Amino acid sequence: MFLIQCPWCGPRDETEFGYGGEAHIARPAGPETLSDADWADYVFMRKNPKGVHLERWVHRHGCRRWFNMARDTYTHQVLGVYQMGEPPPGPEGGDG
Amino acid sequence: MAERYKQQGALAHLHLAARTAEGPEDASVRLIERPFQGQINLRGEIGDEAFRSAVESVAGLSLPETPNSFLEQAGRRALWLGPNEWLIVLADGEETALAEALRAALAGQHASIAEVGHSRTVIGLAGARAREVLRKGCSLDLHPRAFGPGQCAQTLLARADMILLQADDRPTYEINARRSFADYVWRWLEDAAREYGCALVAE
Ligand SMILES: [Zn+2]
Repeated sequence: MFLIQCPWCGPRDETEFGYGGEAHIARPAGPETLSDADWADYVFMRKNPKGVHLERWVHRHGCRRWFNMARDTYTHQVLGVYQMGEPPPGPEGGDG
Repeated sequence: MAERYKQQGALAHLHLAARTAEGPEDASVRLIERPFQGQINLRGEIGDEAFRSAVESVAGLSLPETPNSFLEQAGRRALWLGPNEWLIVLADGEETALAEALRAALAGQHASIAEVGHSRTVIGLAGARAREVLRKGCSLDLHPRAFGPGQCAQTLLARADMILLQADDRPTYEINARRSFADYVWRWLEDAAREYGCALVAE
C-alpha cells in the first residue's frame, strides 16, 4: 500500500487508483503495412523492468483523470508524476 | 424527470424519521439523510471566457478552480470534481430549469450538462466525533490542517465511492453516496458511530 500523488487531487491512497500499464507506447502510423511480428510487439510486448518504470495510472475513485508515473518496481518508490502527453521528467526520462 | 409524487428517498425503507427519539441525549455524532437535492454535472473549459461567463450569469455561481474545493452562493454550490468538471448542487426541483438554461447558454460550446441528482443521496454527518467516524473508513487526511470547511473530495468510504464535503468546523460533513450504495453506506456509518453515541436527526 502506498500514497500516490494525483497531479490534480494531491496525495491519495493507492486503493483509489487504477493501473494502466506501460506509458509512452505509440500506435504505429500504418498498421496495415506492419508485419504480424511488429503488430504483436506493439500489442503484447512490454518492458517489465526491475527498477524504474514509466507507467499510466488513473485516479479511478477520485477525479477520474489519467496521468503518467515514474515508479521503481522494486522499491515501490514513486519518483514523479506528470501529465499525459508530457515527456518523462528528470534522469529517469532516459528510460528505454 | 420522475413524477414527483412517486419520488422516494434512497433510504425510505429504513423509516429513519420514526427513529429520531432513539439516540442518547449527549450524542457526539448526529446522522441525517438529506434526500432530493438537485444536482447537475457540468463539464467545460474553465479557461474559456465564454464558458465561464455563461455559467456565472445563468447559474449565479463561480466555478472553483482549486482542486478539492467548493464555492457557495445564494444556497447553491459548485464542487470541483476535476480540472474541467463540476457538480452544481441546488434545491430539488430547480435542476431541470437550470440545466435547460445552461444548455441554451452553452449551445455550440464544447460543454456537457447532465442532471444527476436522482442517482445519489446525501447523508449529513455532524458532531464532535464525526471526524473519528469517517476516519474508520476513509484514507483521506481529515485533520483540520489538511481538510476543512469549503473543501470537498471524491474518495472512498468503506470501499464505496463518495463525494465528501465539509460544511463547517463543528464539524459538519455531507456524504454524497450513489443511490445503490446508500443503504450500505448508511448502515456502515450508523455502526461506526455507535460507540460515540449516535442520534438520528429529522430535518
Ligand atoms: Zn485525482
